[in-house]
Amino acid sequence: MAVLRRQRSPQLFSSRPAGALRTLLFIALSIMLMVYDHQTGRLKQMHAALATVVWPVQVIVDAPHSLLNWAEQKIATHRALVDENAQLKSQLLQANVSLQQLAALQQENERLRNLMQATAQMGGRVSVASILSADLDPFRHLVVIDKGSHDGVYEGQTVLDAYGIVGEVTRADPLASEVTLISDPGQAIQVEVNRTGLRTLAVGSADLTQLALPYITNNADVKQGDLVVSSGLGGRYPAGYPVGVVSQFERDPAEPFAHVNARTAADLNHGHEVLLYWPAQAPPTSELPPKPATALKPGAKPVRKKP
Amino acid sequence: MSDFTPPRGVWIIAASYLTALVLTVWPLPGWAELLRPVWVPLITIYWCLWLPQRVGVITAFVAGLLVDALSGTLLGEHALALVLVAWATLWLHLQVRVFPWWQQCVVVLGLLTLNAFVLFWVDGMLGYTLGTSLRWMPPLVSALLWPWIMQVMSRLQQRYHVG
Repeated sequence: MAVLRRQRSPQLFSSRPAGALRTLLFIALSIMLMVYDHQTGRLKQMHAALATVVWPVQVIVDAPHSLLNWAEQKIATHRALVDENAQLKSQLLQANVSLQQLAALQQENERLRNLMQATAQMGGRVSVASILSADLDPFRHLVVIDKGSHDGVYEGQTVLDAYGIVGEVTRADPLASEVTLISDPGQAIQVEVNRTGLRTLAVGSADLTQLALPYITNNADVKQGDLVVSSGLGGRYPAGYPVGVVSQFERDPAEPFAHVNARTAADLNHGHEVLLYWPAQAPPTSELPPKPATALKPGAKPVRKKP
Repeated sequence: MSDFTPPRGVWIIAASYLTALVLTVWPLPGWAELLRPVWVPLITIYWCLWLPQRVGVITAFVAGLLVDALSGTLLGEHALALVLVAWATLWLHLQVRVFPWWQQCVVVLGLLTLNAFVLFWVDGMLGYTLGTSLRWMPPLVSALLWPWIMQVMSRLQQRYHVG
C-alpha cells in the first residue's frame, strides 16, 4: 500500500523532504553523545545546561503537590494541629531517650576503637531536601531532589531518610540533583548482616521495596528479620546505616547461593523528604566541605553507576 | 497552509512539546506507570505528519535531549530514538496522511515500537534488562490513543493556524 502512494509528487505537500544526510548526521551525533556520556561521564556542563532548561517542567509537575501541601497546612484545623503537636512531642521524647543511649554508646565505641587503634568515623552532617514529585524513566529508580550543587550537593553523596539509606546522588545539577535509589536495578551497596557481621552485597531489583542479596551461601547464618546495615566498605556509603530487613531466606541445595531478599528499610515508595549526608571527615578521594557554595570540584570522580 | 506568511504558531508547537514533557514525568501511581503514553514521540509523529516542513529530525533531536535530561537517561538515548521515529514518519508521511484512522494506528504502533526498541537496545547494552517484557505496553497504549490525540492536535492546529 505504501508503494502505490509514493509515486505522487512530493512537492504538493512538503517543501522539505527528510534529508537522509541530515538524519544520518543526527543519528551519529546521538550515538557519539551516548558513547561519550557513558564512557567518560564528562558531559556535566551539557547535562547541567539541559537540566536548567527542563527545570521549569519539573517545577510545573511538582506544583500541584506543593500547592496541595500548602493548602493542607493553611486549612488544617486547630484540633489536627494540636494532635500532631502532641504526637511529634512524644516522638521527640522517644528519640531523645534513644539519643541519650547513643551518646553513651558512641563514647564507649570510641574508647574501644581507641584501644584497638582503629579509626572509623561516626557522625556527620545532614540537611533536608524535598523529592520533586516527578516520574522519571519507568525502568529505573531515580528521583529528583530540590537541592543542587549550589547547596553543596556532590555526586556520590549519600541520601538517607528517617529509616535508612535511600540511595546516592548520581548527578548534581546547579538547582536540583538526581538520586539513584538503592533499589535501582543497576545499583549495589556493600552491606553486612547486623546480627552476625556477615558481609555481602545488596543489589537493586525491579521492585521499589525489595533488594536482592544474591551472594549469600546456603550455609550462612541468616534469618528472616535480620537487619542489614551498610558496611561502609566501598567507601561510598557511610557504615552502620540500615539498608533493609531480610524478608526471605530460602536455601536451594542445587544452587551455590541461597535466595535472599530484603525489604528496604528506607521508605522509598512514599517519602517526600530525604536527608543529604555529609560525612564528618571527607574521605580521601572526596569533595570539599559543603558550605562554600562553589560549584562541584572538577576532579571529583565520576560516579555514574547506572550506565 | 499558507507558505508565504512568516512561520505561524511556533509557540503552539513549543507548547505542545512542553505539555508532552510535563505529561512524561507527571507522577502516576506505580501500576499506571507502564500505561503512560509516550507523549513526546506521539507529538513528534503528529507534527512530522502534518507539518513536515517545520518539524523534523532537528526538532526530534532537541526534544529527545530534553527528555534525556528530564528522565535521567543517557544523553542521546531518547534523541536517537526520536530522530529515527521522525525520519521514518517523514518518509511515510504522504501515505499515512490519507490512511483511515485504524491504519494510522497501526503505523503509529510500528513507529512507537521502533522508538521502544531503540531505548530497549540501548538500555540492554547498559545492562538494564529487568522488566523488559513490559516495555511493549507503552507503545500499545499510545497507539490506541492516537485517534484522540490526532483530533485534539488537528483542532489546535486549525484553531491557531499553525502552518
